Amino acid sequence: MAILVDERTRVLVQGITGREGRARARLMREYGTKVVAGCTPGRGGESVDGTPVYDTVLEAVEASGGIDASVIFVPAPLVKDAALESIAAGIALTVLVGDRVPVWDVLEIARAAERAVVDFLGPNTLGVLSVGRGVLGMIGGRAESARSWFKAGEVGVASRSGGMTSSTGYYLSRSGIGLSTLVHVGGDGIVGLPLPAVVRRFEADPDTRCVAIFGEIGGSQEERVAEMMASGEVTKPVVAFIGGRTATQGVRFSHAGAIVEGGRGTHAGKVAALRAAGATVVDAFDELPAAVARVLEG
Amino acid sequence: MARLTEFQGKQLLRSAGIAVPRGELACSAADAAAAAGRLGTGVVVKAQAWTTSRKAQGLVRFADAAVAAGEAAAAILAVRAGGFPVAEVLVEERVAVASERYAGIIIDDRRRRPVLLVSARGGSGIEETAREHPESVAELPLDAVEGLPRHAARELWRRVGVHGEEQRHLAEACVRLAAVARAVEARAAEVNPLVFTLDGRAVALDCRITVDDAAVFRHPELGIDVARELGHLPTPLERIAWEVEKDDYRGTFYFLQMRDAVERGERVVAFHGAGGGGSMMGMDALARHGFAVANFCDTSGNPPASKVYRAARILLSQPGVDGYFGTGSGVASQEQFHSARGLVKAFLEEPLAVPAVVRLGGNGEEKAIEILTGYTKALGVPVECYGKDTPVDACAARLAALVAAFTPPPQAPHRGRGPAERPYTFATPTGEVTYDHAVCARCRSKACVAACVPQILALSEEGVPILKVTREDAARGRCTECLACEVDCRALGAGGGYVALEIAGLDEYRRARGLE
Repeated sequence: MAILVDERTRVLVQGITGREGRARARLMREYGTKVVAGCTPGRGGESVDGTPVYDTVLEAVEASGGIDASVIFVPAPLVKDAALESIAAGIALTVLVGDRVPVWDVLEIARAAERAVVDFLGPNTLGVLSVGRGVLGMIGGRAESARSWFKAGEVGVASRSGGMTSSTGYYLSRSGIGLSTLVHVGGDGIVGLPLPAVVRRFEADPDTRCVAIFGEIGGSQEERVAEMMASGEVTKPVVAFIGGRTATQGVRFSHAGAIVEGGRGTHAGKVAALRAAGATVVDAFDELPAAVARVLEG
Repeated sequence: MARLTEFQGKQLLRSAGIAVPRGELACSAADAAAAAGRLGTGVVVKAQAWTTSRKAQGLVRFADAAVAAGEAAAAILAVRAGGFPVAEVLVEERVAVASERYAGIIIDDRRRRPVLLVSARGGSGIEETAREHPESVAELPLDAVEGLPRHAARELWRRVGVHGEEQRHLAEACVRLAAVARAVEARAAEVNPLVFTLDGRAVALDCRITVDDAAVFRHPELGIDVARELGHLPTPLERIAWEVEKDDYRGTFYFLQMRDAVERGERVVAFHGAGGGGSMMGMDALARHGFAVANFCDTSGNPPASKVYRAARILLSQPGVDGYFGTGSGVASQEQFHSARGLVKAFLEEPLAVPAVVRLGGNGEEKAIEILTGYTKALGVPVECYGKDTPVDACAARLAALVAAFTPPPQAPHRGRGPAERPYTFATPTGEVTYDHAVCARCRSKACVAACVPQILALSEEGVPILKVTREDAARGRCTECLACEVDCRALGAGGGYVALEIAGLDEYRRARGLE
């Protein structure tokens, strides 16, 4: 089953005529993803590597016989309009790859998604990849890399860092631990599907037995996962590593979400909350595969 | 800087119709005294610095007359707040306070909404107040588009025990504060204290507004010159780095200094990360091996080699470091040889004089390792490069070993580049490529043509490299600044290719510090 994307997911690429959109649409297709349409305002009627391009998202939905997910590759200042269009067309999942999307734009996107009862992943996300089934976004970079790095299995990966999503998946696979789906929730402070939402989906996914989390300082995502474990909403084992132990308070380390303010979102606080709720938290990232292996055997 | 000073914030509040005390900025004791004279009342003199609990640090002082205001300003301007000098004070009229409250608009990551937070107990220590007196604090999630309804603001103040005229005035101030937060795209806009005066007005006595870094481009009116949350005023080197980043949207370059002066032997290294998560892990690994970092740096999101080069040059403009450490997530989606070429150009030009360990794991890592280690052999200092199967802790351990065993080589004479005999030049998006065709004619490898990543070079009839796209297209982006035409040419060819990539202000900065 996996979560968020599989071989049946019908995908639209917004901004497919741009340099990034064209290249990433190719990666998605080469990994087996069903990319059925593209959208760029004013470029309707063209085709990109055989994929038909439409002027509007709704036109793409109608002409292609249904879209399950849209992946947006447009510059940050244009992300809001593109996302609102996808949400207005009723697409169940919109993936916002763009970095540096203004936070008030994200709030408007979140408001629209909440009203339409649809989801969005990101912004500032590398996307989601279900091993051997499909990818939305750019995890892996090249399809052959994604195939050689990630092996199929029963561990779900959820990460707040894009690069560390691939790393976590690679090191687990190399240790003989297979994966169901890898999700990068996005590096920003406000994201559509934060760690707790992704863990909830893994909980409901019969193909996933255990969740590996790469967390970071700042925000409250890891603490909320701990709350869900404590309340019994999450019963599958969680193994986590939290980055940023030595980071300085009040200083932002690249990710807009990774900032410790007013003593909230500290490394120590997250580790303590997760451990108290029964999660395994490793002190060094290299220890993650062994810890996951123990949990799977246990 | 995306954090506004108190004075800037108050100007925004005033233009939105929120009362603030009359006041003026002053940079000297004399100016402060004159300002106090003009105000004609008792004044408060406040340091304009990004630090909390200014009162406890003596950075807020009261004065009844102009002379005393001058003395207060002199005392404050002599202080260093958070390691940086205080350059300005705000001289304000004092107001007669009946009650001190708190109001703030913050963005809540749980609800994905702006939230209005109010407290009946304002003043310092708002976080402790919230813990000790939860009944005095209330919050209200807002609609990001519709803002704050007036009635909801009144009801919120009622819940914390504020009634009558004061409730009406504070609610009005909150409606306007919410509008300011939306207008400037603030991540946080806090007024503490928000006071009710004896003469029945709501007045903002202090204010802290942090503008979203990513929205700064839409707000030229705010005059924010470095859109970064640094935790201090931008240093000269941080300003130079920001100039590199600001108009170049290809990938991300993030740079901040963790300390201003470093001495050899202090186990402080220049840190070059790629990706926020991998970078933080890299710094943690360095800490476990007894190193501190001079800076934080992140070049990620598939930046061109030229951006990695500029980042490395800026990092190496921090004298006194004992090593250079680079790492990303270890399994990067982006092609790693771009970073390798950027580093090679910077290391050779500098030239690098300390050990370097760089972890370039991910797509294209074999080629990246070959370029970075193979092309830097002439430097005479150890440069090691690893891929995805070497953990970051092992890389930090290698750096520790290299630093322990390191003796600096004799200073290599700086080889300047003479003028080209037969120059062939074209512009790139942020620089200029020059081929000396007199040298190229002697070159047997012609490595540049094959190595050029976007494949925009061809050999002329004479057998020297020329563009096969128009100069305009090259300058507009067909040239991706992969730097192969210099780096691979220098290693495999006759050395006729060179890419000039200016870094505005860096030469002056280095000369002023004796680095040239």
